[in-house]
Amino acid sequence: MIAAAVVPTTTWYLVLGAGLFAIGMIGVLVRRNPLIMFMCIELMLNAVNLTFVALATELTDINGQTAVFFVLVVAAAEVVVGLGIIVSIMRRRQQATADDLAALKG
Amino acid sequence: MELFVFVCAALMVLVGALGVVLRSNPVHAALSMVLTLFGIAVLFVSREANFLAAVQVIVYAGAIVVLFLFVIMLLGVDRAEDLRAEPLGRIQRPLAIALGLGVFAVLTTAVVRARESLRFKGEGIQTASLEDPDGNIRQIARSIFGNYVVAFELTSVLLIVAVVGTVVLARRRKSDRTSA
Repeated sequence: MIAAAVVPTTTWYLVLGAGLFAIGMIGVLVRRNPLIMFMCIELMLNAVNLTFVALATELTDINGQTAVFFVLVVAAAEVVVGLGIIVSIMRRRQQATADDLAALKG
Repeated sequence: MELFVFVCAALMVLVGALGVVLRSNPVHAALSMVLTLFGIAVLFVSREANFLAAVQVIVYAGAIVVLFLFVIMLLGVDRAEDLRAEPLGRIQRPLAIALGLGVFAVLTTAVVRARESLRFKGEGIQTASLEDPDGNIRQIARSIFGNYVVAFELTSVLLIVAVVGTVVLARRRKSDRTSA
């Protein structure tokens, strides 16, 4: 079997990370529900994590994996604060989309 | 075998990510995100980052997605929204997709071309083996509590600030309660 000889290299992981990042970015730009936009930001963070881990193995350096650990902690804190903001907005007006939240627009 | 695992996990990641972007119901989007996160965890295992794979499943799929679902249910926004509404005119979506594809092209080119010039080599990664099952965890612990111990302490401050801030944000004020 020829396919068994093909081993996924680091470049494959990096390209997959780039694709995931692009999908997340399109999601942030296209969707109007703040919750979904938030999930897309999580997708982008995961793409970066995947890149970190792939390169940590490639360069045999543990610091890449340490960076992913810190990204996870910051992502958790970010989700807590972001969802708190969304809850306090949604309590005031139901069904608010990102376009309706233009109170600070000049 | 390695190829098979990579293709399956990559499909999970991409299908889940497209599900998040394209599904109109927020609950379906959150469950699609679980698929993506599990795919990432599988890729972590295949790159021999075992500790991070476990943390990914526990923190992301366990805590963060449950928090998302909790907020969706709490706010009662689990209805499908109309995806056809285009607030900024017809140009927004094609522009966003073109921009996304452009970013993908730039990143891919940068990645493929820059990798040839990477000559850096670290001090080596210990992977889990039968003789030393927790080598990976020990090495990460040495890195976090050795070189990066200040950053680690700062993340604890960050978490406390986040928790206090969220409690202040989401608390119902007295004036709200009387008016509601």
